Amino acid sequence: MSISVLMPALSPTMTEGKLAKWHVKVGDVVKSGQVICEIETDKATMEVEAVDEGTVAQLLVAEGTEGVAVNTPICVLAAEGESVADSAKAAPAAAAPAAPAAPPRSEAPPALSVAAPTPAPIASEPEWSGKTVHMTVREALRDAMAEEMRKDGNIFLMGEEVAQYHGAYKVSQGLLEEFGEKRVIDTPITEHGFAGLGVGAAFGGLKPIVEFMTFNFAMQAMDQIINSAAKTHYMSGGQMTCPIVFRGPNGAASRVGAQHSQCYASWYAHVPGLRVLAPWSAADAKGLLKAAIRDPNPVIFLENEMLYGQSFDVPEDPDFILPIGKAKIERQGKDVTIVAFSIMVGKALQAAEELAKQGIDAEVINLRSLRPFDTETIVNSVKKTNRLVSVEEGWPFAGIGSELSALMMEHAFDWLDAPVKRVAGLDVPLPYAANLEKMALPQSSAIVEAAHAVCNR
Amino acid sequence: MAKPAVKPKVESLPAKSKSSPKSSGPGDNSVSAEDLKSFYRSMLLIRRFEERAGQLYGMGLIGGFCHLYIGQEAVVVGMQSTIGDEDAVITSYRDHGHMLACGMDPKGVMAELTGRSGGYSKGKGGSMHMFSRDKHFYGGHGIVGAQVPIGTGLAFAHKYHGGKNVSLTYFGDGSANQGQVYEAMNMAALWKLPVIYIIENNRYGMGTSVERASATTELYRHGEAFGIPGERVDGMDVLAVRTAGEKAVDHARSGAGPYILEMQTYRYRGHSMSDPAKYRTKEEVDKYRNERDPIDHLRKRLLDAGLTDEAALKAVDAEIRKIVNDAAEFAQHSPEPDPSELWTDILIGA
Ligand SMILES: Cc1ncc(C[n+]2csc(CCOP(=O)(O)OP(=O)(O)O)c2C)c(N)n1
Ligand SMILES: [Mg+2]
Repeated sequence: MSISVLMPALSPTMTEGKLAKWHVKVGDVVKSGQVICEIETDKATMEVEAVDEGTVAQLLVAEGTEGVAVNTPICVLAAEGESVADSAKAAPAAAAPAAPAAPPRSEAPPALSVAAPTPAPIASEPEWSGKTVHMTVREALRDAMAEEMRKDGNIFLMGEEVAQYHGAYKVSQGLLEEFGEKRVIDTPITEHGFAGLGVGAAFGGLKPIVEFMTFNFAMQAMDQIINSAAKTHYMSGGQMTCPIVFRGPNGAASRVGAQHSQCYASWYAHVPGLRVLAPWSAADAKGLLKAAIRDPNPVIFLENEMLYGQSFDVPEDPDFILPIGKAKIERQGKDVTIVAFSIMVGKALQAAEELAKQGIDAEVINLRSLRPFDTETIVNSVKKTNRLVSVEEGWPFAGIGSELSALMMEHAFDWLDAPVKRVAGLDVPLPYAANLEKMALPQSSAIVEAAHAVCNR
Repeated sequence: MAKPAVKPKVESLPAKSKSSPKSSGPGDNSVSAEDLKSFYRSMLLIRRFEERAGQLYGMGLIGGFCHLYIGQEAVVVGMQSTIGDEDAVITSYRDHGHMLACGMDPKGVMAELTGRSGGYSKGKGGSMHMFSRDKHFYGGHGIVGAQVPIGTGLAFAHKYHGGKNVSLTYFGDGSANQGQVYEAMNMAALWKLPVIYIIENNRYGMGTSVERASATTELYRHGEAFGIPGERVDGMDVLAVRTAGEKAVDHARSGAGPYILEMQTYRYRGHSMSDPAKYRTKEEVDKYRNERDPIDHLRKRLLDAGLTDEAALKAVDAEIRKIVNDAAEFAQHSPEPDPSELWTDILIGA
């Protein structure tokens, strides 16, 4: 059967081009891979190689012709054992069927949108009414790792100073002693490298916990976190899995300047394929870290250095764990909803106490999970209070508060009696000087003010 | 460079693309006649597959970036012949050849190129992002150099599990300048991870030649700071690749740590389909094609040694054409992914 050679596209956007030059003539034998002609577009000149072998029977488009549409037959080859003359004669007829059928994309009019599936309901949090122990956030994090590591030999911890030094902030106290150097690993200072190595280990069936000394340094690893960890499950059509936890302190510490004091909550919360958690209390820390380690997806676990030493009551129950994606109402109230996460939950509770003295009854919601985001709990609260203040330590522009405001426009517009008010870190790199630093970070007084503003009193 | 003598042997290997791990020591180029013929067949499959991919691209059936492997076939075919079924393989976006050499189905690969539901990633990954858990092929990565720490992590997992498996981590000469490559090499050497770094030096990273990109162009020596042994190999000669590969794989498998192989090779086509490759001369390309072609080279070797004849080679040709035609047919007729696929595979259990 004779073979038609078609005008090729050099790029997905090319529709036509010039046939600049023929390198073969009728009667020539061509082999696959041989250059047969050159075509030109406004961007480039390219050589066209034959894919099939055969003898040139006919050139259908003359050299120098402009505006040759992509997929037009440009030449006919006689296959081995065929006469050139017959092929040339058969050409017009043969060309038609050989021209590519329009790609059989879906026949039905293309679906322009498919509604996002409703997220699977998140199992609500069981009541942990048993005995509690008082412990620091630091101890809670360590216990969460230790308990999970005892149960599953594929879990290991790696990061800078996590083993012999017990963590730059002493979070991994005792882990090297209990689990040995195979499972508690000091890495070189090489964030991009060990984040990628962790992703590879997770692809290979392990469950790494990767500690960043602080999340400021995870910017070096951003590519591996987003492009490799978050996207590969999707890009592989569900074949590859990446059960990994990236954890460490996030946000401002104290007097360490702009490079060591940034909140990355909105950066990670932006990315499909990640889960993003931000605990406040020791119970949050323990219950959520255990959940993060057991989760089969990549999880970003944002801790806070200022909270490590704070103590809270934690359920003693060995099965204690928290669901991912559930916010917690830390204080019930009826006049205004204050939504916060991580260290700001404490500030919001302080503000609520202050507001109570002034006759405003605030409800405080601890988000705990930023992706998935518990819109439902917030909407239910707004239906009751009709007023909302969002609090975060990070910058306001494109922050978590911006997202929260947009979600409320979409889901709670009719229940809002005042525009949502955002309390956030000031839009400046965090200064070092004590007075300036304090001014730049949200204080409970600012939350009190914002609550007054939305309550009009 | 000295060519290893072909030692025709009677016993044949099991009929799979990856032969069993070799127990032979370093330097033993035990290659049977069957091995040679299977190398020829594998290289030809990649060549014809890629030519067809180029054609489908020209017809508008493949979109986006499409990086062909034509010219470099000996590298992956030689290397894959040195590992076993449980060893891991990872590479960049120039990945079609690696997938075929791993024994992945040409239909599934081609259908991913056309973005159809029958593709390895159900059409959601494309040419640069394809995987097969089954065949231990871990991608297909679009970010230059990113596969190197990941491949090192696969080796970490192998060592952690206590087995003898290795990781073949392929990357280009251009990628060899990425910082994360050296971060990974340091950890691999520090922790003696069973990884073989295969630098496919095809002399250009897009339009930039190695000389214009690397301060030292002996890429096989780029692990010296970490004490990683390296070797430069004629990547246009599948037997040279096989010999060097066996040595490197034995080294890694024995627990001695990583190894670097710099494969000197050449890509005949542009970087991607839309690259007219004006940064090199036609003479340079022709010289490789006409004098160094890995397939022609092996073909001649097989004929000269009397291991095959023209008729047998023709039959191989016909068989491969059929496989590639079937793949192209499948890739054009497999339906586009169902719209509901838009929202699947983002998270597990969500
Ligand atoms: C981090 C990153 N930077 C730039 C690019 C764009 N890019 C894609 S391929 C490439 C050249 C890589 O060359 P090389 O490593 O030699 O591989 P080859 O294409 O020759 O196989 C570049 C710059 C990219 N994909 N990722
Ligand atoms: Mg290159």
